[in-house]
Amino acid sequence: MTATSTPHVALFVSCLVDLMRPTVGFAAVKLLQDAGCTVDVPQQTCCGQPAYNSGDRDNARKVARGLLQQFQDYDYIIVPSGSCAGMLSHDLVDLFDDGDEAVLAADVAARTQELTSFLVDIMGINGVAASYDGIVTYHDSCSSLRAMQVRDQPRRLLESVNGLTLREAQDHQVCCGFGGTFCVKYPAVSSAMAADKADRLAETGADTVVAGDLGCLMNIAGILKRRRSPIRVRHVAEVLAGMTDTPAIGDGRPT
Amino acid sequence: MERSARAFTHNAHKALADDVLQDNLVKLKGNFLVRRERARDSLPEFDVLRDEAKAIKDHTLAHLDLYLEAFEAQVTATGGQVHWARDAAEARAIVLEICRAEGARTVTKGKSMIAEEIALNPYLEAHGIEPVETDLGEYIIQLANEPPSHIIAPAIHKNRQQVAELFADNHAHLDGRLLDDIDDMLADARKVLRERFLKADIGITGANFMVAETGQTIIVTNEGNGDLTQLLPRVHIALASIEKAVPSLEDVTTILRVLARSATGQEMASYTTFSAGGRRDGETDGPEAFHVVIVDNGRSAMLGSEVQDMLRCIRCGCCLNACPVYGKLGGHVYGTTYSGPMGSVLSPSLFGIDEMHHLPNASTLCGRCEDVCPMRIPIPRMLRYWRERETERGLAPSTARWGLNLWSAFASRPTLYRRLMRIGVGVLGRLGRRHGGFANLPLAGGWTRAREMPAPEGQTFQDRWQRGERP
Repeated sequence: MTATSTPHVALFVSCLVDLMRPTVGFAAVKLLQDAGCTVDVPQQTCCGQPAYNSGDRDNARKVARGLLQQFQDYDYIIVPSGSCAGMLSHDLVDLFDDGDEAVLAADVAARTQELTSFLVDIMGINGVAASYDGIVTYHDSCSSLRAMQVRDQPRRLLESVNGLTLREAQDHQVCCGFGGTFCVKYPAVSSAMAADKADRLAETGADTVVAGDLGCLMNIAGILKRRRSPIRVRHVAEVLAGMTDTPAIGDGRPT
Repeated sequence: MERSARAFTHNAHKALADDVLQDNLVKLKGNFLVRRERARDSLPEFDVLRDEAKAIKDHTLAHLDLYLEAFEAQVTATGGQVHWARDAAEARAIVLEICRAEGARTVTKGKSMIAEEIALNPYLEAHGIEPVETDLGEYIIQLANEPPSHIIAPAIHKNRQQVAELFADNHAHLDGRLLDDIDDMLADARKVLRERFLKADIGITGANFMVAETGQTIIVTNEGNGDLTQLLPRVHIALASIEKAVPSLEDVTTILRVLARSATGQEMASYTTFSAGGRRDGETDGPEAFHVVIVDNGRSAMLGSEVQDMLRCIRCGCCLNACPVYGKLGGHVYGTTYSGPMGSVLSPSLFGIDEMHHLPNASTLCGRCEDVCPMRIPIPRMLRYWRERETERGLAPSTARWGLNLWSAFASRPTLYRRLMRIGVGVLGRLGRRHGGFANLPLAGGWTRAREMPAPEGQTFQDRWQRGERP
């Protein structure tokens, strides 16, 4: 795929970004605009993944249906979340068997991109004009890594951030234990996996951990905060857009 | 083995609280997966081989009847005998019948997952025949009266101290003495097993492959115990499930190149042993009789179904090593013969979703299993398939179903959704503003027991965007 000079893109904010962390949405918009895109935010709720991964195809279809209507007519659909991007670009087509909906689903799927890989692979962006004074470690979200082949793109962009040192954590590709509804079904196992993740992150000596999926970030922030760890947690888009003056994920706001 | 998949959650809590087990499980990661990565990196055509191996198995499964018949014909032609078992009961009965016909009292066994699946050992014991496991890991857990916790490393959950204690308790000549050196333990086990090898009337092994072209069964081991098991006694019984068929020796060679690399990071296992027929005129060693028991036990129903791909599995255990859930819990929590990601697909396929419905849920769908699988089995897709059957059959907890219905009712009505979320996010945002998160949240007790729940910023992105806010 090649980009038109000013692609018209739709931002799929992801329900977690919409509800929990709007900063990520604005950071994504800024990065896209800086890259020369025109950005729209169509009406949306959720991609349907919670139901789909729970084996509830009917409810997944019901939720995803709205998306098909809202996200037509854009050059790209950009998602600041590997797991929702994976849902839109791989699993959506599996929900609609035939007819117009299947055609629309295939169309949405073909145009969906994870944010950092869109910037690097399609828009050809190799660096951003942001500053962040700190040591950062990047956690590979499972869906970003495996469903969307996002690995080098965020790292390349992070390395271009002024003042930022990137340091790899051991097991950076191992799941943090969030797993969508897994953390609800098996909270003890999920917590134990998160605890391992927190250990690996702490070993790096980084002061900030970033990732491209808010689910993982909330999980990681939750365990680090319970441990009173000084490590800050941010979405990669916040750091790349230079929008780090808000409190980090899970941090309080002094009154 | 006794199945306790229904108790998965209970088993998991016990495993997490078991400090010794937690320490022992750390070994897994350091050992197998790291070596697998090294082996993969040193073989540039590794991924090409995976594709070839997958294609071989897909082809075989598409013509499984033909290859199984060809295999039987070749076994018969080379002086062996094939027995067909529809289920576990038939398989056990066939083995017992052979044992009785031979007047067997002791049988040695090479490691065999299908023997575990059909619960052969307790059955033989109940009929007065003593089975002795000869794979060191299997021998250890036989002493401990436990099932294997890993396909290729059955005693991975035990440490040196625990093994020393088992030997001290079971080896009379030790007089309760604890051996602390691994070489001493190995020598001791070897001494005990040597007598067993010589005493055995029948040797029972599994089979990694059944070669249709030649009528050979093949076992892949690292200890040489499999060879002694099948060569020393008068009779060799090879147990194999139907999907172990491969067309030709050349095909086997391709699959062997990915098997050991995926399992232990070795280029090849130490022993790859081919068996064809019994001892022929003029031959001086090997068993006099060669029996192959081909077991279906639910597999033919998988052919042509959504879970057929699972029949490509070559039991390398790589997905277990890669699975972060298995890595935290070990194999016993799954409560069935096959654990980890492959087991969470295979067990419901063989034993029914009603009993096994926890297992497909015991995964974060992180996809690492599929990533490493030498046979490119789409494990996450099939876990989801079983979750769908769970939903259809109403086996999922009612709270989960209720929750998803409620969620979809809102999420499919965008205007209502936005109004409600605005309120919820606003309230939580204000409450959590100072601390940044919640140490306790109603309905999220599982989460907040070990983690804070980060607080939302307070307004939804869509509201702010609608009001014209821009970065």
